[in-house]
Amino acid sequence: MIEVDIAWRTRDFELQVAFTSDARNLALFGPSGSGKTSVLLAVAGLRRPERGRIAVAGQVLFDSAARIQLPASRRGLGVVFQDGRLFPHLRVRDNLLYGNGNAVQAGAPVAFDTAVELLGLTDLLARWPGSLSGGEARRVAIGRALLCRPRALLLDEPLVGLHREARSQLLQYLRRLHGEIGLPTLLVSHQPDEVRALAEDVVLLDDGRVAGRVRAEDFA
Amino acid sequence: MLSAAEISALAISLKVAVLCVAIALPFALALGLALSRLRFPGKSVLEALLNLPLVLPPVVTGYALLLLLGRNGALGAWLAGLGVQFAFHWSGAVLAAAVMSFPLLVISIRAGFDGVDRRLEAAAESLGAGPWRRFLSITLPLSLRSVAAGCVLAFARAFGEFGATISFVGSIPGETRTLSIAIWELLNQPGGEAGLGRLVWVALAVGVAASLGAALLGRRAQARSGEDD
Repeated sequence: MIEVDIAWRTRDFELQVAFTSDARNLALFGPSGSGKTSVLLAVAGLRRPERGRIAVAGQVLFDSAARIQLPASRRGLGVVFQDGRLFPHLRVRDNLLYGNGNAVQAGAPVAFDTAVELLGLTDLLARWPGSLSGGEARRVAIGRALLCRPRALLLDEPLVGLHREARSQLLQYLRRLHGEIGLPTLLVSHQPDEVRALAEDVVLLDDGRVAGRVRAEDFA
Repeated sequence: MLSAAEISALAISLKVAVLCVAIALPFALALGLALSRLRFPGKSVLEALLNLPLVLPPVVTGYALLLLLGRNGALGAWLAGLGVQFAFHWSGAVLAAAVMSFPLLVISIRAGFDGVDRRLEAAAESLGAGPWRRFLSITLPLSLRSVAAGCVLAFARAFGEFGATISFVGSIPGETRTLSIAIWELLNQPGGEAGLGRLVWVALAVGVAASLGAALLGRRAQARSGEDD
């Protein structure tokens, strides 16, 4: 369950987005510049809306009227960034374990070995992030978010910038994750096939507004 | 070999420089972080003040310290009441060296913090890391080369400090006569050439060692981050 009703205005962009969803896997779909990554960052607590309210699984994370602004570090959400953002000075193993002992532990535990096996990371553990391919780095980023024991995963264009083979491979990994761990996800994407494969409910965004709402199976 | 007086001057200089960096470092880290990450009123004034010891003649800085912290100085009189004395005491040499090298330390550390990708700090935050953990596990390790470079610069500046030191704490053998001051004394002393030569070689050796140490630290930090640029 996610509720979002937020707004902000900058010099050249105005965003006003409201939606609620009970779907386990929700997607925000729209062209680049539609504001979908901004909404994801607001849910993560890394971008502060001017006003509004955000609640996930019944917990209020942000409410401008009630002056609630939970810091990102206490929201218990695993974020997979578009640009990976692996820590360059830590080996893959230490990147994966970074959020492991944090104080929030909002969701069900995922065993390190399970995550490593599920995402095919066994042979990468001793490597430095700088030596990974795009697809490998993306998988490590997903594993790292998973292992901070989040109550939900936020995926920001997880497949963007990968070549075709790596893309379909990562898509399979993500589907396995859905099947075997079943963590709720919020997916941001501008690729219809990705949305069909990874979400049940779709919020369409355009130019900072909600432009429509579809079920993923009706999504063309 | 070095005479007892020469060894004492070297020991005082090393003690002053090491303590100076050790004491100034936490403050420089805090200030560097504030300057790199925060916007606050009076920031440019603070930056200008910080750089003052770089632009003032060192003798003037030392004189200012004497006016402030000397036995009759505004702060000095009060501190004397507490039994603390900086002027003409070796701890004053540490203070003078710290004031002189502080800008170098802060400038270098700040540049390092400026160079850390803020998006990595945001990623750490999203993984549950609070401000302290983010600083210690992401920001500091990723700017280690700049911090190390700043420490070496500050150490070298403190080790060679002369003007502010001699006007604030004078040249008391075994107390405040540092290597630089001992060299200057020998320059003014007929027949001091032999000792002068020895001390100049010592100064050169310490400088080269510090410089090599900085290069090695930098290479280690680079190797750890796994980059090959």
